[in-house]
Amino acid sequence: MDAINWHSFFFLFFALLACGFSLAVVMTSNIVHMAFYLTLALGATSGLFFLAGADFVGAMQLLIYVGGTLVLLIFGVMLTAKGPFISMKTSAGDLVLGAGVGGALLVLLLAAATQVDAWRVSEPSPPVAQVTASRLGMALLGARVDKLDEKDPVQARGMSGYLLPFEIVSVHLLVVLIGSAYLARPKKRMVGGPVDTA
Amino acid sequence: MAEFLQAYLAPWWLAYVVAALVHAVLLINVVAVGALIFIWLERKVSGRIQDRLGPTRVGGKFGWLQTLADGLKLITKEDLMPEGADGMLFRMAPYISFCASFAGYLALPFADNWVGARLNTAVFFILAVLGLEVFGVILAGYASASKWSLFGAMREAAQVVSYEVPLGMCAVVPVLIAGSMDLVTIGQMQHGWFTNWFVFHDPFTFITFWVYFTCATASVNRAPFDLAEAESELVAGFHTEYSGLRWSIFFMAEYGSMFAVSGLAAILFFGGWNGPLPITEWLGLADTTNPVLSYLGNFIGMLNFMFKCVFGVTFMMWVRWTLPRLRIDQVMTTCLKYCTPIAAASFLGATLWTYFLPGGLILPNNAYGLVREGQLIDGPYPPADAEGPSKETANEKTAGTGDLISQVAGEHRGRD
Amino acid sequence: MNLLTQPVGVSHYLIVGAIMFVAGVVCMATKRNALGVLMGIELVLNGANVNFVAFGSVYLRPEVTGIGLDGQLVALFVIVLAAAEAAVALAITLNFYNNHSTVDVDQADELKG
Repeated sequence: MDAINWHSFFFLFFALLACGFSLAVVMTSNIVHMAFYLTLALGATSGLFFLAGADFVGAMQLLIYVGGTLVLLIFGVMLTAKGPFISMKTSAGDLVLGAGVGGALLVLLLAAATQVDAWRVSEPSPPVAQVTASRLGMALLGARVDKLDEKDPVQARGMSGYLLPFEIVSVHLLVVLIGSAYLARPKKRMVGGPVDTA
Repeated sequence: MAEFLQAYLAPWWLAYVVAALVHAVLLINVVAVGALIFIWLERKVSGRIQDRLGPTRVGGKFGWLQTLADGLKLITKEDLMPEGADGMLFRMAPYISFCASFAGYLALPFADNWVGARLNTAVFFILAVLGLEVFGVILAGYASASKWSLFGAMREAAQVVSYEVPLGMCAVVPVLIAGSMDLVTIGQMQHGWFTNWFVFHDPFTFITFWVYFTCATASVNRAPFDLAEAESELVAGFHTEYSGLRWSIFFMAEYGSMFAVSGLAAILFFGGWNGPLPITEWLGLADTTNPVLSYLGNFIGMLNFMFKCVFGVTFMMWVRWTLPRLRIDQVMTTCLKYCTPIAAASFLGATLWTYFLPGGLILPNNAYGLVREGQLIDGPYPPADAEGPSKETANEKTAGTGDLISQVAGEHRGRD
Repeated sequence: MNLLTQPVGVSHYLIVGAIMFVAGVVCMATKRNALGVLMGIELVLNGANVNFVAFGSVYLRPEVTGIGLDGQLVALFVIVLAAAEAAVALAITLNFYNNHSTVDVDQADELKG
């Protein structure tokens, strides 16, 4: 027997979890169950990120994405928990149609994913401990530490950094924060009411 | 360890499994035995604070077998599930809570390099994973099909989600000073005298520590923030419908995460496994070349760390039995109106302080600069080419790559 | 046992990403609950993230320095934007719920005339 490649073993483990739970999200109709499976799928995906050497992205995924789903779950409970465990059924026709279109899309994507030879196998690279967090931080500040040898003069001037997108995202987050608080504000209750005047 | 075992075990892959199992068993014992001790300690502490004796009968002098007796009782209890409950989620919920709290220990170093997995984003990882504990609580509240449980779960959700903001902000302050998110590195940087601990680094970190501890208490649901199980209003909150072993798993999770946040506080602010005086260095135990001596030094370090954690947990107990429970709006006010602004202000203050006085106030000759240079970027900053006369070309290249890079690079050089 | 002994390549990650993506698309198309549709969007974005990280991974394609760190950076931006999108979408859903006291998207048909 060949040696078990532990990287592949754990990849398989997390990949099966991620795929299985994302399919479970589609299958169930109870919204809280869906949120539960979605969380597990996202958690398994962060495991995949750790395996790919992107540990900062993995930790971020756990912190932001899974935490964001938590809020989805809470809203699911708040907005649909009128009756005990209410569920909105999809009609069978829709389900068949969705499955058909989805299956076709899946076949297309899988064909594309397995077509390129260079993607199919990788050299068994020695696991190098890489500090990605500080590199990512430098790139967000506009300095690409990993591309100092860049030949292209435009990229070498630091244009390949991400300072502008970073700033845009920061402003965007602020806008979203204010905007969603504005959208979700409680309705104004006037004393004496607009009912009389309107 | 795996290499060591490989020599003895016939199927070679078994060695990895056994090594992994040994680590897992060690960690799980920390949680389980810790919970046993803490439950007993909580009874004793609460008893003394209320001028009682606490448990005295079971197991000799101090009633130290009390928790074990409780555990036996809980195991033999009937496992009840309400009729309208959502079976799968009801059964899963305690395990989710426990797994989340236990997974935090994966990245928590107990001594220098005594850590399950040394992640370079350990601080984020632990915060993220501990934040997931609330998942189990919400699922438990929803699946129990009971109004008390749902109320408790919703309160807990609102509370934990809001308290994660100041908690994260406080945890970033030591990360900022250390220039690394690796808990082992952060711990190593605080070795030496207790003045090297980050809590004494500048006044802002001192404030930050107290905000951190408040938020940590709130995020692990301890009194005065235990709104989710307020027994005077909600019967028992989210675990109203739980009995027997499932209920006790919730409690293991709670004590586990109490210990974990105390451990995080100990590493981030109180020097981790470094004692107040550099005793291990005086005794020559910090010598990493000698395996026996460094093992002994690490063991002493682990005792230090454990002591700090237990102190943190005891502090939480003291707070719990001293202060009355807050109302839910007061909890939210504490978080949003006080903790978050204070954390933000001290974050800003610590940033300015590290910029102008990078060595700290009291002892400027510590190891910050050294570790910073080595750790911030893997390898020397302008990456040395393997073949060429590296330093000069790299410097030229950096100078040629425009304002931004050289500016950032200059900042890095200026700091060490 | 082939998969257990061979090192994984980029296309293995791509397959996982594709499955998550398709699951998300089907979820968006078939769910009647607005929150279910949101979860579909999260799955789609996540599937895309898997691809980005896989292309940028040093473990999987050490010889190609193609996108390197860019993959992780784009993934980070996607995560942040997904959080922002979820916040706005939840606010809209909450408004919809306040007006219709349901989150069934099939009920949102006043503009049909």
